[in-house]
Amino acid sequence: MTDILLSLLILTGAAFTFIGSLGLARLRDFYTRLHGPTKATTLGVGCLLIASALYFSVRDEGISLHEVLVTLFLFITAPVSAHLLAKAALHLRVKSLAAVPRQRGEPHEPAE
Amino acid sequence: MLITVIPIAYALVTLALALSFWRLLKGPDAPDRILALDTLYVNTIALLVLLGIHLGNAIYFEAALLIAMMGFVGTVALCKYLLRGDIIE
Amino acid sequence: MRRLLPHPLLTLTLALLWLLLVNELSAGHLVLGAVLGWLIPFVTSPFWPERIRIRHLPTLLHYLGILIVDIVRGSFHVARLILRGPAHLRPAFVEVPLALRTDLAISLLANTISLTPGTVSAQLSGDRRTLIVHTLDTGDTDALVAEIKQRYESPLRKIFETGDESC
Repeated sequence: MTDILLSLLILTGAAFTFIGSLGLARLRDFYTRLHGPTKATTLGVGCLLIASALYFSVRDEGISLHEVLVTLFLFITAPVSAHLLAKAALHLRVKSLAAVPRQRGEPHEPAE
Repeated sequence: MLITVIPIAYALVTLALALSFWRLLKGPDAPDRILALDTLYVNTIALLVLLGIHLGNAIYFEAALLIAMMGFVGTVALCKYLLRGDIIE
Repeated sequence: MRRLLPHPLLTLTLALLWLLLVNELSAGHLVLGAVLGWLIPFVTSPFWPERIRIRHLPTLLHYLGILIVDIVRGSFHVARLILRGPAHLRPAFVEVPLALRTDLAISLLANTISLTPGTVSAQLSGDRRTLIVHTLDTGDTDALVAEIKQRYESPLRKIFETGDESC
């Protein structure tokens, strides 16, 4: 039973990790590429880490929870780095498929 | 069942690493490369966790934890450099 | 009391993190975790000017539940869009006007937006009144703004800013 659950978690985790990177390689502008790694990859690695916690908890007959730490850390840091990257890209005026909004209240507003 | 699933997972994660690496080489802009590096380190964590399950050894977890922390700090530092042209103000 | 124990929530979190890190529940580590949890906020208290107050705990728990469901939903949504191919995407930048005023609530909202279906928060305007959000595939931007405000912003406002008076 745990074997099936474990296999399922590992497969979904690996599949999501792959899909995240596929999005990174396949999509056409920076801002759309940002979505794959922030969401799909994070959930994928989260699934793998939970699988690891389950595996060691069953094998050693004691609860192994330190994987939860890395999972939490990843889920907290992924949106932060995504936000910073998007901000840097807007600052550098990276090519975008969507219309870039007018930037209000910026300390150093670039001249159009 | 695990014996058959783990090689498939290895293949998927390695493909993910290859795709991220391709994006790292291709660019075209600096944020793209940083995003690729960011994805690359998260994929490495996935690979290490898989290795831990495969070999039944919890020691790989420590490496995963360190990579998670250093990777995040690296991404933030690089973004900050792009935004301000300086890391420590 | 307030000077000796400046951030009780941080103390609790740090003690819990220590126990997770050593991956062992014993009396010794419990004491060590409690000491670390007290010492670190005490030494670094100048860096934590804002005192965090949770005004409505049930809403916080409910919000966490919604968040977990939406993280899973969001990943499936993005995975489907990626597999369908770039030609079908309708990316857009959307400006979300903010009703939140505290730093913590705004940063939590931005992080939530990045983890939930199809959106990544891109920039906070200089006056902290609007958040620029990038969406992967949206037809109706007004509906998206309304959903963000209703689903994530109003509970956050209730938890950290207003408490019971509004909503």
